[in-house]
Amino acid sequence: MSTLRLEIVTPERIVYGEDVNMVVAHGVAGQLGILPHHVPLITPLKIAPLKVKKGNSEELIAVHGGFMEVRKDKVVILAEAAEQVADIDVSRANQAKERAEQRLAGKNDHLDHKRAELALQRAVTRIQTTGK
Amino acid sequence: MAKGMREIKRKIKSTQNTKQITKAMEMVAASKLRRAQNAALASRPYSDKLKEVVASIATSGSSVKHPMLESRPIKRSAYLVITSDRGQAGGLNSNLLKKLLETLKEKHKSQDEFSLFVIGRKGYDFLVRRKYTVQQEAIGVPDSPTFADIKSIASAAVNGFENGSYDELFVVYNRFVNAVTQIPTLKQMLPLDASEFSKKESGASALYEYEPEPEAILDVLLPKYAETLVFSSLLENKASEFGARMTAMSSATKNATKMINELTLHYNRARQAAITQEITEIVGGANAIS
Repeated sequence: MSTLRLEIVTPERIVYGEDVNMVVAHGVAGQLGILPHHVPLITPLKIAPLKVKKGNSEELIAVHGGFMEVRKDKVVILAEAAEQVADIDVSRANQAKERAEQRLAGKNDHLDHKRAELALQRAVTRIQTTGK
Repeated sequence: MAKGMREIKRKIKSTQNTKQITKAMEMVAASKLRRAQNAALASRPYSDKLKEVVASIATSGSSVKHPMLESRPIKRSAYLVITSDRGQAGGLNSNLLKKLLETLKEKHKSQDEFSLFVIGRKGYDFLVRRKYTVQQEAIGVPDSPTFADIKSIASAAVNGFENGSYDELFVVYNRFVNAVTQIPTLKQMLPLDASEFSKKESGASALYEYEPEPEAILDVLLPKYAETLVFSSLLENKASEFGARMTAMSSATKNATKMINELTLHYNRARQAAITQEITEIVGGANAIS
């Protein structure tokens, strides 16, 4: 089975760098699966878990926005933050989710609303990543 | 004479204490410097990659235009000043702030012509004391900063350019050359220098498909790139801070050692003088009796 190299890079460090068989990402225009020899592509990503297939195993990685650059045998994801399952603090994510939901329920101005929405997305992504 | 000796002895003690502290600070700064350098190195793949993608978009499309790449007539400027939170780093912050003030005086007639963003307590206190208006500040950035620590101030600075409150943005920080040399630098960040992207990377950049349009991607990507530039400047300034502190503390330690040596010499001299005097007194006394 042919593989492609997946690299996830954040401003602080390289979070992930391994050869995998398939990547399933949430682009802004929709979900897309990347297999080896994909056409070169650049797309922004949503805040969502990224699915990585490697051999028979599957892995989820929380990717908080950013970009994906696809080349023939390489996928590079540039995100402001990305976390593997082991790095996620579930209780903190749950708290963040509750806080964001409260803020969304209350009446607030536009900016706060947007910020809370993003926080909620991040929290949900973290929970989803660990949940499955 | 014995009183003078005691005073000298006390001075030696206190200098030794100071020396211990500066020595410890030097070692702490040295280890933090190493960490800061590693962090600066670790951030490089991200900004390099981002630049590569921007470059490939900018060069692929025949007429990709973006406000962040275009220079417009300059009516107002903005400065993002990066300083440290703590002093004891030699002339690091004061050199930087002096340079900033000179530039401000040279280029602008009144305070209405520029906005200031400040990272670090030293710069903030300095500017506020001089009655400058600081639009936004970030104080208490940890020694190993994460992107999230400066995200809000960086995007505020970039947003201001996007919505037209100013027409150029400079970053003022200490460029790290090595542990002994840091250069106060004023770098133009926005508008981005398009020529920087136009030179082709060596690797044949493939023709990409874009989803959605290249322009829409640039819309998201360029602000991100600018924020990353701020972050890497911050990391570099951190490295400079520790380098400067290390040098300052090592020279302080050296001075303390020198002072201790001098004081010890004085002390021994005073001790000898006291002994000589005592002997003279005894001999004089004995002579008087006999």
